[in-house]
Amino acid sequence: MRIGIDVGGTNTDAVLMDGTKVISSTKSPTTQNVSEGITKALKTIIEATQLDVSKLDGVMIGTTHFTNAVVERRRLTPTACIRLGLPATVCLPPMVDWPDDLAETIGRNYYLAHGGHEFDGREISAFDPDEIRGIAEQIKAKGLNAIAISSVFSPVNAVFEEKTAEIVKEVIPDANITLSSTIGRIGLLERENAAIMNACLRELAVKTVSGFKQALRDMNITAPFFISQNDGTLMNADFAADYPVLTFASGPTNSMRGAAFLSGLKDAIVVDVGGTTTDVGVLQQGFPRVAAMAVDIGGVRTNFRMPDTLSIGLGGGSLVEAEPLKVGPQSVGYELITKAKVFGGDTLTTTDIIVAAGHEDIGDKSKVSDVDAVFAKAVEDRIEEMVNVAVDRMKTSATAMPVIVVGGGSILIQRKVEGASEMIKPEHFAVANAIGAAIAQVGGETDRIFALAEMSREEALEQAKREATERAVSAGAKAETVEIVDVEEVPLAYLPGNATRIMVKAVGDLAGA
Amino acid sequence: MRILTESNIEDIALGAAVLGTGGGGDPYIGKLMARQAIRDYGPVELYTLDELSDDDLIVPTAMMGAPTVMVEKMPNGDDIINAFKSVGKYIGKPIKATMSIEAGGLNSVVPLYVAARLRLPFVDCDGMGRAFPELQMVTHSIYGISSTPFAMSDERGNTVLMETVGNKWTETFARSVTVNMGAMSMIALYAATVKELKEAAVQGTVTLAEEIGKTIRRARVQEADPVKTVREAVGGFEIFKGKISDVARRTEAGFAKGDAFIEGIDDYSGQKLEINFQNEHLAATIDGKVAVSVPDLITILDIDTGEPITTEAMRYGYRVAVIGIPCDKRWRTEKGLELVGPRYFGYDVDYVPVEERYG
Repeated sequence: MRIGIDVGGTNTDAVLMDGTKVISSTKSPTTQNVSEGITKALKTIIEATQLDVSKLDGVMIGTTHFTNAVVERRRLTPTACIRLGLPATVCLPPMVDWPDDLAETIGRNYYLAHGGHEFDGREISAFDPDEIRGIAEQIKAKGLNAIAISSVFSPVNAVFEEKTAEIVKEVIPDANITLSSTIGRIGLLERENAAIMNACLRELAVKTVSGFKQALRDMNITAPFFISQNDGTLMNADFAADYPVLTFASGPTNSMRGAAFLSGLKDAIVVDVGGTTTDVGVLQQGFPRVAAMAVDIGGVRTNFRMPDTLSIGLGGGSLVEAEPLKVGPQSVGYELITKAKVFGGDTLTTTDIIVAAGHEDIGDKSKVSDVDAVFAKAVEDRIEEMVNVAVDRMKTSATAMPVIVVGGGSILIQRKVEGASEMIKPEHFAVANAIGAAIAQVGGETDRIFALAEMSREEALEQAKREATERAVSAGAKAETVEIVDVEEVPLAYLPGNATRIMVKAVGDLAGA
Repeated sequence: MRILTESNIEDIALGAAVLGTGGGGDPYIGKLMARQAIRDYGPVELYTLDELSDDDLIVPTAMMGAPTVMVEKMPNGDDIINAFKSVGKYIGKPIKATMSIEAGGLNSVVPLYVAARLRLPFVDCDGMGRAFPELQMVTHSIYGISSTPFAMSDERGNTVLMETVGNKWTETFARSVTVNMGAMSMIALYAATVKELKEAAVQGTVTLAEEIGKTIRRARVQEADPVKTVREAVGGFEIFKGKISDVARRTEAGFAKGDAFIEGIDDYSGQKLEINFQNEHLAATIDGKVAVSVPDLITILDIDTGEPITTEAMRYGYRVAVIGIPCDKRWRTEKGLELVGPRYFGYDVDYVPVEERYG
């Protein structure tokens, strides 16, 4: 059995699952202290089901904690960055494109050193151990131990980053090191930015993960726990402490994965209606379609793979105004249960309209008996239009596709969405995100440049797939369940030897669960 | 003369991506280089050709190579200065200013780095009014201006200087040296006098790019229809609106070639548009017929933001508007079409100006 927990901005949702069956679920407001919130959610679900915690195979947690730390510029550790690539790259030093307030929070402590590779594997310049030792001494003198290391073309050859880490460890034994090659893709600045961001979050990650561990221990749970990544796969506790940035945007991903699981569909549109916003995304082969552009986090450009979602200001708590008719984007958010009319408040929300129209019986419907039926219909028309437009914008063709509706605010969707082949509101729709966390798989990726003059395209693809599969297995996937879920090729302009960048992603079921 | 500061650079880079017609490389790296140089050395002075003397010498500067390499192995900074100075040294006369060889993409902003560092004027003109994949494809070629003396430098301090008998030869040799330099080199070429440029160069393109960038930014803030406002700012025509349904890519002779297929929405529902690209967009075909082709500009914009989408970023599912923009008149001459017309790129059709079909 597994417990999935999704700590969102508004609610913390939890589910207990036995194989593919949802046993129980809860929803509670998110607390300031993330561990406390998790403890509370665990307690509720364990008490409700009289669960024997020794039967748990795993606890999966999705959290926005680390994203928030960057956005709020809080709890970040001062960090040093070493980049290998001299004499190249000098004109754009590390953190050159960071907002000043964030850069100053963690300090502009960067060092350029020789090393790095060309696209074809040649060295830009020779690696110089003494130079690195000298830099490490300077970092030590500054009292820094969070360190990001980047090297030109390290996704193709990471040896210089690894050698640098070894030397830094000799000088600063307790150094907390992040290698850019372990996180990002081609695109030095974006990859390096992600590495620096990761390095400055690791102290917080260690604390947070140990807080989670403590919360589980307090409940006598000995099962391993995992953290959700933004690609819909899991990482174990130690890995999460090392790579906190990989949790960014895991919330929408979990919702979409949960929707895929609950509906049994692999290709569909997912409409996730929350309290304040509705996120529309597209499932392709059971995974969220990925955003194509560089992704901005707290004002910094990174090259993560993030789910491609469209967020509109429509939720169960959205304010409704007459003359002129207006729905959202303002929302009462988590205060819905006190401020909405049906709950005795004085704010007219979308939820009130749905109750007034007689679709649902929530709270005290007599409180909305004065809502004019014509007005209620006009509001419903507006909601329908907003959802139709958002779904259409995310669709890839005029072909009708199934639409899966999930999230706590799903009651807003009472009508068939235009261009939907069918409307699916699965059981447990309100906690699809926690379910997405609970059923998450383990993945592996590769992103490299192959010279197709030296091997056939088929051989290159085979090799890339093999590498991705090996990475998935070493991350904890059952080998026999691993499948390739994404292959992308980008031929590189101007390069000889028909160089092509191949990105492959493999995922499999978690071993032992 | 007017002063360009950091905020101007943002707009120029954004507008240059529109003029890049899908290629030209992501201006992001070039924009950062220019911004950093302005922070370190002060703002840049932008001159029109009319504000300079007829015999002033101008040497354009640029980056050559694979855009995917540029985002990974960024330049040293001294490299492009070396290339620029080498041309001046070879000619033996003082160089008054630098300019962009292409108004589209990365190279629209790279010379700003040189201008800021050397405190030289930057000139409001370029050699394309857009972006093109090969070095000889500049309006200078139409007017017999030589690309050489041509200098190319790498970050190690190597500089290769060449004299060739034709601009296409420069392209051929430079391409192979670029590979040896790590698929990226910094170049200085097409030295010309202001008098020559008054005839040969496309004028006002820095200001045009800036205006386009400003328009997109404002449209974003004011929630206007960004595609319409961009189209109006560039004097372009709406060709199509749709969703990208497939992108097929291949590498041929060192170029990123491919085809994108767009399925119509709204007024274009039921139609299908095909875009062929070789680094830049070459032709847009509707139901098998060429609708717009080089040398006119074919730009793909995100329907919701008006942001230009490059061929590398193009993928399944994007909702886009395709706009056609008339090219500079020099490209519509016999010599111009010989260099960059549809037949040069293998289309057996005559060039028809976009405004004749869509105006």
